[in-house]
Amino acid sequence: MTRLSGWGRFRPAETRVTRVRSEADVATALAAGGPLIARGNGRAYGDSAVSPGATLDMTGMDRMLSFDPATGVLEAEAGVLLAEIIETFLPRGWFPAVTPGTKFVSLGGAIAADVHGKNHHLDGSFGAFVDWIDVMDAGGRVTRAVPNTELFGWTVGGMGLTGVILRAGVRLRPVETGWIAQDMRATQTLDATIDMMEATLRAPYSVAWLDCVTTGPMMGRGLVMLGRHAGIDDLPPSQRSRPYDVPRKPTVRLPFDLPAVALNGLTRQAFNALYYWNGRRKPGERLVDWNSYFYPLDAVLDWNRGYGRAGFIQFQCALPQHAARDGMHALLAAIARSGEASVLSVLKRFGPQEGRFSFPMAGYTLALDFPVNDRSLALMTTLDRITLDHGGRFYLAKDARMPRAVMEEADARVADFREMRRATGAAGRFVSVQSERLGL
Amino acid sequence: MSGRVTGPVLILGAASDMARAVARGFASRGCAIQLAARDPAALEGDRADLETRYGVAVSLHAFDALDVEGHAGFVVGLPELPQVAVSAIGLMGEQSENAADMTRAALVMRSNFEGPATILGALANAMEARGSGTLVGISSVAGERGRASNYVYGSAKAGFTAYLSGLRNRLAGKGVHVVTVLPGFVATKMTEGMDLPARLVAQPEEVAKAIVAAVERGQEVIYVRRIWRLIMAIIRAIPEAIFKKTSI
Repeated sequence: MTRLSGWGRFRPAETRVTRVRSEADVATALAAGGPLIARGNGRAYGDSAVSPGATLDMTGMDRMLSFDPATGVLEAEAGVLLAEIIETFLPRGWFPAVTPGTKFVSLGGAIAADVHGKNHHLDGSFGAFVDWIDVMDAGGRVTRAVPNTELFGWTVGGMGLTGVILRAGVRLRPVETGWIAQDMRATQTLDATIDMMEATLRAPYSVAWLDCVTTGPMMGRGLVMLGRHAGIDDLPPSQRSRPYDVPRKPTVRLPFDLPAVALNGLTRQAFNALYYWNGRRKPGERLVDWNSYFYPLDAVLDWNRGYGRAGFIQFQCALPQHAARDGMHALLAAIARSGEASVLSVLKRFGPQEGRFSFPMAGYTLALDFPVNDRSLALMTTLDRITLDHGGRFYLAKDARMPRAVMEEADARVADFREMRRATGAAGRFVSVQSERLGL
Repeated sequence: MSGRVTGPVLILGAASDMARAVARGFASRGCAIQLAARDPAALEGDRADLETRYGVAVSLHAFDALDVEGHAGFVVGLPELPQVAVSAIGLMGEQSENAADMTRAALVMRSNFEGPATILGALANAMEARGSGTLVGISSVAGERGRASNYVYGSAKAGFTAYLSGLRNRLAGKGVHVVTVLPGFVATKMTEGMDLPARLVAQPEEVAKAIVAAVERGQEVIYVRRIWRLIMAIIRAIPEAIFKKTSI
């Protein structure tokens, strides 16, 4: 038995970890009976990928199986990381069509959580670029699920609760360079931030960092970061012969747990520095390498240790478009009243979303990080309520503490999900600590 | 030999975690890869992986380390005599079973010494005739001193280490280089479930990187994590009268 948690290191649970290297290994683990859940690279923040029974470590199933340069379709096993996909295919002119804020997620995890990226408002979530998924059910049978089928619909965003994702075919995006043309714009208030995002919906990538540390009317001022893949003509002539070469950034590791108080001060300073520096620059695009643009936090490996021993929790909700502005004001006001500052606050516009159980909905999503303590946990309860009152829902890949009643009130799809789990024999077999907590 | 590897690399015992990592290490250099294991059909996924990631040619070969009579034929049957051959063959077994059951013990000895030594011997002769090549034997720190906790495995690795040393001595000046790899604990199928101090455990990728570097630099004996050189120096230095009463 091992004590295992998600990336937030909050409330580790006892589990039995089994490393699998092949489909046959997964079948053997399933044949042993009992509850089981697949785990990719452990980047879900909470308890999504920890089982009260057996946790299948899928990182040994990390083979790339084929790539078709005519269509950009990569077939690979579930344990392959996006980082490996980029390392292998960016030099050939391809990039993941959708990527979350870390490249250290596995392919299987990205499908199970149906992750979204800065381009959701135009392109949708990760699942929109998946051609097929091989799923092993509780009886050890493998089905190749394709779009517009029940199994595909429930598996994308289904948090591994429909079966074990073994392999998938995903479409990559052709890119001319490894650079992003970024246009960063500073805003003075939350309303201005939202207005800016509404006015720039045609930008391929769009996300805002919000200042939730500064209180008063300036709370919710932000840095709206727009971006697009740079074309070959955007590069200085000297770089055009090597368009995919970008500077290699050194990575650092946090060798020990920082005291929890350290981060707020640091982020505040970092945000302020960026904000004022940006405000003084003349507006317009500048080139940023793909790593700095998509994955700024990946430069610090183990950055989750920055929150101290108790860990941290993320709060991420989505609000429907009609209630988003009011809801965001209410959420930020509650944070201000609580005196708890969110270290990193990210606001993102969502576009329309397909999917039986996926998180995004047309509107806005807000992601917040808090160090774990009694006050931040109490604040979460308040934020839950505000989200519910505005017709929103919650991101299971981030959740570590939501009560079952909140999940049920937020998401009318839960009843159908449970029924699907019962009918397919997945209930009781594919089980995470999270699925038990939420009664899924 | 030293310098960048360009020719084909043969991986013996290719189904192990360490072997997979070593194959990727050399394939990332652009080398063609020959994967050899008892059940080559099980390596189809690994072949696809190496071809997809690195665009190199990969061939699969049936190989049984214990079939000593078949070794010469195996070498002749390769599409091309490799520039580098890596033995990742090994079997640890349970020490308690190895101590109680001499059939088990003999299997462990043959799998860690006889099989790897004879196949590398056959390859050595072919490389010597050609006048070039590098042989890599993955042995173990367990072979540095026999301990109650795994002396059957350890004694076989000790034999293998001595064999590699002799082979290197014999082939010096003949254009063939021999690398002895003494990894400490490595996070693989073999060590799964053991309660090991994290500082002492290397990842397979780390071992693979060290092996590629050792081949390219012409190093002789490598410990993957340097702390193991110190640990083993201490273990070797303990007088036998004291050592026999310890349990390490």
